[in-house]
Amino acid sequence: MIEISKLNAWFDDNHVLKDVDISVPANGSFGLVGESGSGKSTVLRTVTGLVDDWEGTITVKGKKLGPKRDKDFYRLAQMVFQDPFGSLHPRHTIDRILTEPVNIHGLGNSDARVVEALTQVGLDNAFRFRYPHQLSGGQRQRVAIARALILEPKILLLDEPTSALDVSIQAEVLNLLGRLRRDLGLTYIMVSHDLAVVAHMCDDIAIMNHGRIVERATAGQLAEGTLEHPYSQQLYKAAGGYDRAVVDTFVDWD
Amino acid sequence: MTTQISTAKPGLKQWLTSDTPQSRWQAKCGRAWLGWIKFSENKLAMIGLSVVVGLILVTIFAPLLAPYDPLAANLANRIQPPSGDHWFGTDQLGRDILSRLIYGAQYTLLIVGLVAITAAPLGLLVGTAAGFFGGWIDAVLMRITDVFLAFPKLILALAFVSALGPGIENAILAIAITAWPPYARIARAETITVRKEDYIEAARLQGTSNFALIIGHITPMCMSSLVVRVTLDMAGMILIAAGLGFLGLGAQPPMPEWGAMVSDGRQFLLEQWWVATVPGLAIFVVSLGFNLLGDGLRDVLDPRGGD
Repeated sequence: MIEISKLNAWFDDNHVLKDVDISVPANGSFGLVGESGSGKSTVLRTVTGLVDDWEGTITVKGKKLGPKRDKDFYRLAQMVFQDPFGSLHPRHTIDRILTEPVNIHGLGNSDARVVEALTQVGLDNAFRFRYPHQLSGGQRQRVAIARALILEPKILLLDEPTSALDVSIQAEVLNLLGRLRRDLGLTYIMVSHDLAVVAHMCDDIAIMNHGRIVERATAGQLAEGTLEHPYSQQLYKAAGGYDRAVVDTFVDWD
Repeated sequence: MTTQISTAKPGLKQWLTSDTPQSRWQAKCGRAWLGWIKFSENKLAMIGLSVVVGLILVTIFAPLLAPYDPLAANLANRIQPPSGDHWFGTDQLGRDILSRLIYGAQYTLLIVGLVAITAAPLGLLVGTAAGFFGGWIDAVLMRITDVFLAFPKLILALAFVSALGPGIENAILAIAITAWPPYARIARAETITVRKEDYIEAARLQGTSNFALIIGHITPMCMSSLVVRVTLDMAGMILIAAGLGFLGLGAQPPMPEWGAMVSDGRQFLLEQWWVATVPGLAIFVVSLGFNLLGDGLRDVLDPRGGD
């Protein structure tokens, strides 16, 4: 479904992605793990066209992407942002947030589509005419997911979809995402710094550091902790919780 | 029929304040209702609103309200002090000042209305486009704005009116041309703070065009500061229009424009104070009304401020 090869990207003079290769089969779920600033979100932003300065080839559903994304691409692939407090327009009602993409793509019947999208993410109709500030973080993230789903995409790019939520809500949203993938046959690329989340959600995993993929693994390997690259082991240890002795052994890999 | 109305009354309120509106129309009405409740709690804003509504009503019903013809001169009756016949006295040509004041309201409203609906959208468009696109578009638009901002408003308006020729239409045009740059500045500043926000990028990922992004997503974020600024400026616009009228470049005699009336009365200010003071007070009250209305609107327009 998604083939990325030799992807390089720059922010001004900063070389933030270095020869990234990723391949995700249809209905697959791919996890990108790494610390903050490792470039994992940039991979998603490059695919969706939010990064201008990049080289390499990105092929989505057999179609090679050019420098600009067209409307068809946005019907095929949608992104869910990390921060549900920032990704919904504060002056638009939920109804408007969900209706707009339907109108842009001329799908018609927006009334029924909005209701359906809200039902899909487990929100009842009472939320429909509220503003984002009247919703909790978890509800907002559900709205953000509904917005991504309303165009009936085949691919969801998830940029740390649960890291801004508290733990109990995290589980709810993750279960929702898992169910949607099964029910709708979606393909995921999920970015996270949380190893447990990625191990739970993804089949294949790549570990990124300083814009480079340092290791690839399966969810099983990640769960067992049998990672080979020293940076991966470091990340795995760090996920175990704060321990001064462990932190002191950490080095900066490049 | 009567029973239907009486049962509809509590139903309407429930319908408006419903927690779970069933349609977009109901949600919109509900929000307007809540906005009105919030607005009406603000006493000063209500005073401002009543002044502005009063101005509009006076404009509409001027022929009914005015006791005399505002243009009919009666030299035998000139510069009379306020009395039962002439509540605000008469001017140097014996015209009833109250009638002139009532007929003059339409010019004030015309000036304010036209300037607001031309200058504000122009400034908004220039500012949001500059802030949104950045780069050379920003540089070009903002340097043009700077050129306009470099001159004092009244001087620039004077220059335009002298070039275009005196008259109320040209005065309005000149004020509109000089009024937009501050709006462009405000809109640009607001745009720059929001253009990199996630919700703008999320909208971009829905396939939203740049034009739709600016109109539908950026401008709502600029609106509250802009509306306040415009309503605050309305007072200034009335004063500039009055100033132009006072200098003989705005409304031409015998048009009963308030600024021109102040100008006429200036010659008798010490002995016959009412000739200049009454239109001056009218300018003051209306300016204050717009100011108070602007403050109230700001609170209502920001939905985050509520519940």
